[in-house]
Amino acid sequence: MAGTIITISSGKGGVGKTTTAANLSLALAMLGKRVICIDADIGLRNLDLMLGLENRIVYDIVNYIEGRCRLRQALVRDKRFPELFLLPAAQTRNKDAVGQEDMARVAHEAAELADYVIIDSPAGIEHGFRIAAKPANRVLIVTNPEVTAVRDADRVVGLLEAEGWAPAQLILNRLKPELIRRGQMLDPDTVVDLLAIDIIGIVPEDPNVLTASNQGQPVVLDDRSGAGAAFRDVARRLLGEEVPFTPIKSPSFLQKLFGSHG
Amino acid sequence: MKLWDIFRRRAPSNQEIAAQRLRLVLTHDRANITPGMLEMLKDEIIAVISKHLEIDAHKVQVNFTEDHRETRLVADIPLQPPRKKS
Repeated sequence: MAGTIITISSGKGGVGKTTTAANLSLALAMLGKRVICIDADIGLRNLDLMLGLENRIVYDIVNYIEGRCRLRQALVRDKRFPELFLLPAAQTRNKDAVGQEDMARVAHEAAELADYVIIDSPAGIEHGFRIAAKPANRVLIVTNPEVTAVRDADRVVGLLEAEGWAPAQLILNRLKPELIRRGQMLDPDTVVDLLAIDIIGIVPEDPNVLTASNQGQPVVLDDRSGAGAAFRDVARRLLGEEVPFTPIKSPSFLQKLFGSHG
Repeated sequence: MKLWDIFRRRAPSNQEIAAQRLRLVLTHDRANITPGMLEMLKDEIIAVISKHLEIDAHKVQVNFTEDHRETRLVADIPLQPPRKKS
C-alpha cells in the first residue's frame, strides 16, 4: 500500500513551515515509520540545513526529474534514523524546473517507497505552492497567532477548498502562553474559530528551535523542549492516535486562588 | 448582570481587537468583496427596493454571516411605517 503524502504549507513565509516539515519527518521516523521528506522550495533549499544533512547531498530533485539519476540515488539517508530520507530541492534552478506533473510523479513514486512523504511547500499561493499541494492526501497549514499569518492561512484553506484538494488541518506555531494569558495574543480557540478548520498541533514559542536549527538537530530530538514535545504529539495524531492538547493558557493568579480554570 | 460584570466592562483587549479585525477581513476575503464595494451594493439594494416599497433607508443593514466557512449575505430592510391618511 502506498504511503500518505502530507504537504506542509502556510501562505505567509517565515511562520515555521520548514521547521515543521523537519520536525514532523523526524518525529515520524522516531515512531518507526519510513519517511521521505521532499524540499519543494526549488531555488531556496533549506530543509537539508534544518535536518543537518547539507553535506551529504549528491543529487537533487531536478536532477532526478531530468533523468540524470535514479530516485534512490537522489535520496539522502538521515544519519540518526536510517528510515528517514531527504529529497533535496535544487538550489541553483528556479521554480519552473519542476512542473505540476513532475512533482505529482515524484511524490507518488516516493509514496511507493515510504510510509509517509512530507512535502515542504514554498511560501505563497502561486505555482510552487500549487504543485506541492496538489498530490497531497493531507495538507497541514502552519500559521502564527498574528493577524497577517492567519489571514494568509485562510487564503490557503480557501484555495484548497476551491480546487477540491486534500483537506487542511492547522498547526498553530510560536504561541506565547504568557501573552495569551494577558490578552495580548490570539489564543488557539479564536484562531480555530476564525479559520473553521481542524487543529492538529499547538506549538509553543521555544528558543531551542533556533539553537536546534543552528546545529541541524531539530527540537524533536530534545526531550526537554516544549516545541519538540508538541511536534512529537502532532506525529502521533497523524498516525491516528488521540493525543490531548497540552493546555496553553496557564491559569491566572485569581483563577488559581478560586480554583477555576475556565 | 452581576456587579462584577460592571467592573469588568472595559475596552476590548488587544487579543479581542485582533480577533474582530480578522473576522471582518476574512469575511471580505472569502466573499471577494471590499468594504467599499459592500457599501455600494447596499446603496444599490436600497435603490432597487425603494422603487417598489417605502423603506427606512437609514436602518438598512447589509452584512455577511459565516457558518463553517459558508458565507451568506444577509440584508435587513425595515419598511417605513404606513402614514396615516389625512
